[in-house]
Amino acid sequence: MDSTAIETTVRSVLGQHGKLSEDAGTIAADADLYRAGMTSHASVNVMLGLEDEFDIEFPEERLTKATFTSINSITEAVEAINND
Amino acid sequence: MSATDTTQDLSQLQDTFREGLEAHGWFLPTLGNGVIGLGPQAEDVVQGIAAAARKVAARLSPDAGTRRLRFPPVNGTRLLERTDYVASFPQLLGTISAFEGDNKAHRKLLATYEEHGDWSAQLTPAGHALVPAVCHPLYAYLEGSQVDGSVFELVGECYRHEPSPDPMRFVTFRMFEAVCLGTPQEAREHREKWLEAGTNLLSSLGLEVQADTANDPFFGRAGKLLSAGQREAQLKFEILTEVYPGHPTAIASANLHEDHFGEAFSMHTADGAVAHSACFGFGLERVALALAMRHGFDTAAWPATVRQELGLP
Repeated sequence: MDSTAIETTVRSVLGQHGKLSEDAGTIAADADLYRAGMTSHASVNVMLGLEDEFDIEFPEERLTKATFTSINSITEAVEAINND
Repeated sequence: MSATDTTQDLSQLQDTFREGLEAHGWFLPTLGNGVIGLGPQAEDVVQGIAAAARKVAARLSPDAGTRRLRFPPVNGTRLLERTDYVASFPQLLGTISAFEGDNKAHRKLLATYEEHGDWSAQLTPAGHALVPAVCHPLYAYLEGSQVDGSVFELVGECYRHEPSPDPMRFVTFRMFEAVCLGTPQEAREHREKWLEAGTNLLSSLGLEVQADTANDPFFGRAGKLLSAGQREAQLKFEILTEVYPGHPTAIASANLHEDHFGEAFSMHTADGAVAHSACFGFGLERVALALAMRHGFDTAAWPATVRQELGLP
């Protein structure tokens, strides 16, 4: 799966669980998702949604705010886990 | 000293402290695992701390005394859902079951009971849950309302299902809380103000304390993410004291919830924005026990200033 495809799925998961005040389909890839309205509890649902969609498990060291802070950071994390 | 030595050392300190509390009538046995009754001296100290906390409230938030509310230790199971407690702390919650069967079901219940079996498994969820934090019923009560930075004062029982040999860890305990609902700035100021005043009160009682950032024991892998976020944003502070040398224990906490409860219970400020909230709480039994460790089990022999502050006879 290339990074464009990953990003599309990330945006779709954010649309379902992110509670964003902006459209998850068009928000800038480097925008701060927490500033865009994602609560910490919403970020948990985003994490679980991503794990289901990509059939991955985020390792403990990636369970930080930084991992889920933007579409770019999430996409990078998913790619890194896929390559492990 | 190895880590194992430290652990053994700690559990020995806990055992010694518990034996002292029992021998001097501070702890009274009950039939509940981790559930402790308190004797007269301990109860006087608990009441004294609550009174001293109310004095702080009268100074910091003069109107809080007019918003002294009381909610019982039991609420609807729905409360645990609405506060996200089921998602965040399933390991700590407790719900109540009741018998709703007929005569036939009763005979079965009695038969199990006579065989010393687990009759309680035949009960039905009653729709009631034990309250895990004194401020939670307040948010449900204020649901849908406009808030203005007012401070509410609460004392009540909390339940956390974490029986432990450590006498500082109670399954059910009392908390004094000062809760502020308002703008982000009002909530933050409340937290700062009370963290300082709470630290000063505990110091004036002779305790060596320090405030530090902390996180709640969120459950599981999702909890890792929540804990990390809470620490990073410095949402939770605890006031710690070394009841056991080298092992700090929290006896109070100051928490910023951001808009978590405002969102969950549709509370807003005058400008229409989602309300923020903050709470400060003293664990009343924990403070009392820290004082016993510091000044001894005989409150008559405590320093005069401490006795006066707590209004001890």
